[in-house]
Amino acid sequence: MGRLDGKVVFITGVARGQGRSHAIRFAEEGADIIGIDVVEPIAGSTSPPATQADMDETVRAVEALDRRIVATKADVRSLEQVKKAVDDGVAQLGRLDVVIANAGVSTFMGPAESLTEEAFVDMVDINLTGVWRSCAAAIPHIKAGGRGGSIIMTSSAAGLMAYANVGHYVAAKHGVVGLMRTLALELAPDSIRVNSIHPTTVDTPMVNNEATFRLFRPDVENPGVDDFIEAAKVMNALPIGWVEAVDISNAMVWLASDEARYVTGVTLPVDAGAVIK
Amino acid sequence: MGRVSGKVAFVTGAARGQGRAHALRLAEEGADIIAVDLCAPVPDLQYPPATPDDLAETVKQIEALDRRIVAKQADVRDFAALSAAVDEGVAELGGLDIVVGNAGICIIADAESTTPEIWKNTIDTNLTGVWHTVQAAVPHLKARGGGSIILTSSAAGLVGLPFLTAYIAAKHGVTGLGKAYAIELGRFGIRVNTLHPGGVDTAMGGMGAAFPEYIEKNPGIVMGGYGVLPETTTQPRDQANAVLWLASDEAKFVTGTQVSVDAGMVVC
Repeated sequence: MGRLDGKVVFITGVARGQGRSHAIRFAEEGADIIGIDVVEPIAGSTSPPATQADMDETVRAVEALDRRIVATKADVRSLEQVKKAVDDGVAQLGRLDVVIANAGVSTFMGPAESLTEEAFVDMVDINLTGVWRSCAAAIPHIKAGGRGGSIIMTSSAAGLMAYANVGHYVAAKHGVVGLMRTLALELAPDSIRVNSIHPTTVDTPMVNNEATFRLFRPDVENPGVDDFIEAAKVMNALPIGWVEAVDISNAMVWLASDEARYVTGVTLPVDAGAVIK
Repeated sequence: MGRVSGKVAFVTGAARGQGRAHALRLAEEGADIIAVDLCAPVPDLQYPPATPDDLAETVKQIEALDRRIVAKQADVRDFAALSAAVDEGVAELGGLDIVVGNAGICIIADAESTTPEIWKNTIDTNLTGVWHTVQAAVPHLKARGGGSIILTSSAAGLVGLPFLTAYIAAKHGVTGLGKAYAIELGRFGIRVNTLHPGGVDTAMGGMGAAFPEYIEKNPGIVMGGYGVLPETTTQPRDQANAVLWLASDEAKFVTGTQVSVDAGMVVC
């Protein structure tokens, strides 16, 4: 008996990284999945783009657990695309209970005044407005079910505190908290809970790349993963450099399950103590 | 395989209410329990105190789950007694992994009716008692190479509410204590988080009957909301589910956080 038996979850950014981990972890607990991913390059992204092969691997992993998944190529920058993907998914899987608004990017890094307007606007369009679009597309389906639901937004430690040289990212992730709190208030009468999760650095393609290593180690000419971990450790209270995607997924499972039926409006760090330090 | 199989949990205020729920939920998932409770009256309490029979009932329910429990009557205000209880429990059960600093009291009184005795008993139990609990337990957690500490604060540990000055001060203190311990204990692999319940259906919840007197006496003071969800009174098991998650390895990178289980009481 899984902790999410019979539920259907909509996950954005599902092709790899945290999104894929959420899909697998939720499937393990008995949920079916509606997944979307842009699966193409994004201007200015500091990590290599997700590919169709990535998406196929997520589908394979979920199906290997004997769960169903409707995976669609869709961009959180397009409400039309997101709506269509969710509508199709609900039509096939019959209901919607949980939203994981996970899709996000890391782009150009540098002092805030040096960011191009395009870099700032694109960041907000994906990491903040994309979350709103995901919720706007999903909420009517959750309400229609009449069973309540759980919306979980992936913010960041950078949604609760500042980090230099990623002002656009920090602004977007703080914005997610405001959206979360408002939706928690607005959707409570329908027993739909809304919370945000705040990871520290996670070992995913968005972090495990040279640009991120350089952000953390401007003092090293060609920083590698060990240089990165050494610097990242300083941010965390626990003696580790980064967490694994499944650690975020485990928090998602709890927030999505009925075990957390009275938890709403919460900003939940899974950050090895980064915010406290 | 339970989510905390093979672990030992120390729970204060375990005779009934949330403490019993924490003990039971952790035992259901495979933990053995060290339980303490005062089981005696506290002055000015507006609800009946826990009794030795309550603690015996907790023992019975844990044993019915086929788990072991070492239960002692001990006062969290008495560091020597509390330490002795933990040490004996650890000696019997072989170690310690989880601490739930749950014991607390709540006395309703407006600011001018709050006597030095109400203030002292509330701070001594709800704040200093939690500090005693952690101090007594940390050596055992270090010996184990890590652990998870969950301190029961309250929605009143995050926001102000009327007619609870001592309680609010103590519970805000617990929130700070959790953050401070998280920083110092992180390097030992010990995680520290605070739990912030809203209304919970327990004997302590009975103190709510004392509110109308003070509301009437203090016109113009508006009671805050009780939560945004349609159902705002949580059950002890809802709190215990959060404790279980924080205690388990599923939350192995969660430390220094404040987890609200309050039906949205503090969101607006």
